[in-house]
Amino acid sequence: MPEVQEQGVDKARFLEGVERFRETGPAWARAIRAKSATRFNELELPNRKMEDWRFTNIAPILRTPFNLVAGEAAVDVSTLAPFRYGGGVAELVFIDGQFAPQFSRAAEGVTSLNLSEALTSHEVLIEPHLGRYLNGTPNPFAALNSAFLADGAFVHVAKDAAFAGPIYVLYVNTKRDNTVTYPRNLIVLESGAKADVVESHVALDGASRYLTNSITEVAVGENAALHLYKLIHESGEAYHLATTKVRVDRGGSFKSHAISQSGKIIRNEIGVQLDGEGAHTSLHGLYMTSGDQLVDNPTAIEHAKPHCTSWIGYKGVLDDKSHAVFSGKVYVHRVAQKTDSNQLNQNMVLSDKATIDTKPLLEIFADDVKCTHGATVGRPPEELVFYFRTRGMSEAMALGMLTYGFADEVVNQIEIDPVRTRLEQFVFNKYSPIPA
Amino acid sequence: MIEIVNLHANVEGNEILRGVDLKIGSGEVHAVMGPNGSGKSTLAQVLAGNEAYEVTEGSVSFLGQDLLEMPAEERARLGVFMAFQYPVEIPGISNAYFLQAGLNEIRKSHGLDELDALEFRDLLKEKMDLVAIDPKFADRPVNQGFSGGEKKRNEILQMAVLEPKLAILDESDSGLDIDALRIVADGVNRLRSPQRSMIVVTHYQRLLNYIVPDFVHVLWRGRIVKSGGKELALELEAKGYDWIKEEAAVGAGAE
Repeated sequence: MPEVQEQGVDKARFLEGVERFRETGPAWARAIRAKSATRFNELELPNRKMEDWRFTNIAPILRTPFNLVAGEAAVDVSTLAPFRYGGGVAELVFIDGQFAPQFSRAAEGVTSLNLSEALTSHEVLIEPHLGRYLNGTPNPFAALNSAFLADGAFVHVAKDAAFAGPIYVLYVNTKRDNTVTYPRNLIVLESGAKADVVESHVALDGASRYLTNSITEVAVGENAALHLYKLIHESGEAYHLATTKVRVDRGGSFKSHAISQSGKIIRNEIGVQLDGEGAHTSLHGLYMTSGDQLVDNPTAIEHAKPHCTSWIGYKGVLDDKSHAVFSGKVYVHRVAQKTDSNQLNQNMVLSDKATIDTKPLLEIFADDVKCTHGATVGRPPEELVFYFRTRGMSEAMALGMLTYGFADEVVNQIEIDPVRTRLEQFVFNKYSPIPA
Repeated sequence: MIEIVNLHANVEGNEILRGVDLKIGSGEVHAVMGPNGSGKSTLAQVLAGNEAYEVTEGSVSFLGQDLLEMPAEERARLGVFMAFQYPVEIPGISNAYFLQAGLNEIRKSHGLDELDALEFRDLLKEKMDLVAIDPKFADRPVNQGFSGGEKKRNEILQMAVLEPKLAILDESDSGLDIDALRIVADGVNRLRSPQRSMIVVTHYQRLLNYIVPDFVHVLWRGRIVKSGGKELALELEAKGYDWIKEEAAVGAGAE
């Protein structure tokens, strides 16, 4: 496989159109954009000589000249219906990266609106958080997102507030070939607040080729709890590069379910900093790859304070010539005594041509901690398949059911009924345990 | 029902079965006993169709058909069932779903309509009552988090649902306390019928107090070296297996 070289990739091209956003929002927001554009120019483009990108070849993305979306697509309610869940506390819909107020609704007691408006209207709530959790990430695509900082979901939950349903954030691509969008989300939970957010990325056309370059920043206050569901259901030809960065304060909890349903290349990075005693995070993931898909799930947890707990559990099913990458970094500071951190990456490989690269990376500087990691890779054991066959079922049926069961173990924990039901159907159809 | 003639089988190149002969009529219950390593479980696995076991010689005729020619799923569809000594756990697939899928495959092969979820639920409830299993097990993943006794009972439940013509119980008593043993045995006894034959593989006579066999066979070094009525099991219980081994050695020497 040829190495990706920076030669031949025109970096300036990525910043085309950036001036369109230069003059909007308060001065500090404009400064973020300007600084980020500079930083993008300084950073080396991802290539496979870099440790973080060693297994993840994004040359097809670097080669494609993506443009900003121009004009608005005509979308009506019925077109969007299959992608919405109904109910929920509030809903924010973005069409081709741009906020669509006609499909969105706010709720009492929670602040949810388009970030580019909120930069001005809710400046005081945003300025202390926006861009603060990226911690100088060396990912040039994150810098690029910040250079184009505009639309996205801003969710703010006040002290001790809680809701009966989730907040839905929906990004829809309307067959805009060779376009790029820069979703930018900021979720802030004040102390004692509780919320569930469902961030989904979908496409109206299963074959359109575009790039979603997304950032979600999350601040979880003292004893607050956020559950973030991210559903990546892009077109089969689309690219999705995303960074989620989270800071959790004392006694707070951040849980996530990251489900990669479709997309040609997906890299969904999640980094959590446990920055107060007794903070907790659990990161659950599921990727189901086929064809020549590449799905990379880098996860990282920083234990910065004592008595924090973390869990990373990602499962993958790989078919055809697809390739999946998983990494679980855990960094335990010297002061972070009594850290309890566990991770497990399980992979079911259905094809000889599929590849999985999985690596834990533990850096531990405290001496009184419990950290475990594990990974499994393989086909369903023969003895399991034999058990099905002795009950009259064929090998194909056994493999279908075992695969469904394996994947569904992640999905069936999802507590939001309509989300779980739809995903279970997706997993069921994908592996058709009972052939017609 | 089934006729086994001169059956030889290898596992990883080691010959375990060295000429088993056994004929079982309709509705008969045959106990196969023997010391550890005599080949009891191998016989069960070979009959169920486990491809990890290589048959090198002999024949097995089941309902007039050549059983050894069939893959495991076809044997199951024809009416062969094995209750596993160590039932596997199947994450993410509920007991009810698993059994419905299996039963419908068997029904389809006989030209019968498949049962839908509601019809199957009714059937399952009835069978769960029959073998005294808590209905909550219907929605739990197959064998996952089940105790040893619950797994063995679950095997009997599967037998009750799939209604085989030949049931092979591979050490269904191992690891059970006396109460669990009685529940398993009661379940099996309720499933005895003139149309259903059984092979009860066990190391101990204990199980046969509850499942009373018509015939008892002793397997030693891959062959049936002694056969008799149910009183043979009691004799084995009293005297152990050593006298059988001696007899077998004398017999072999005389050949």
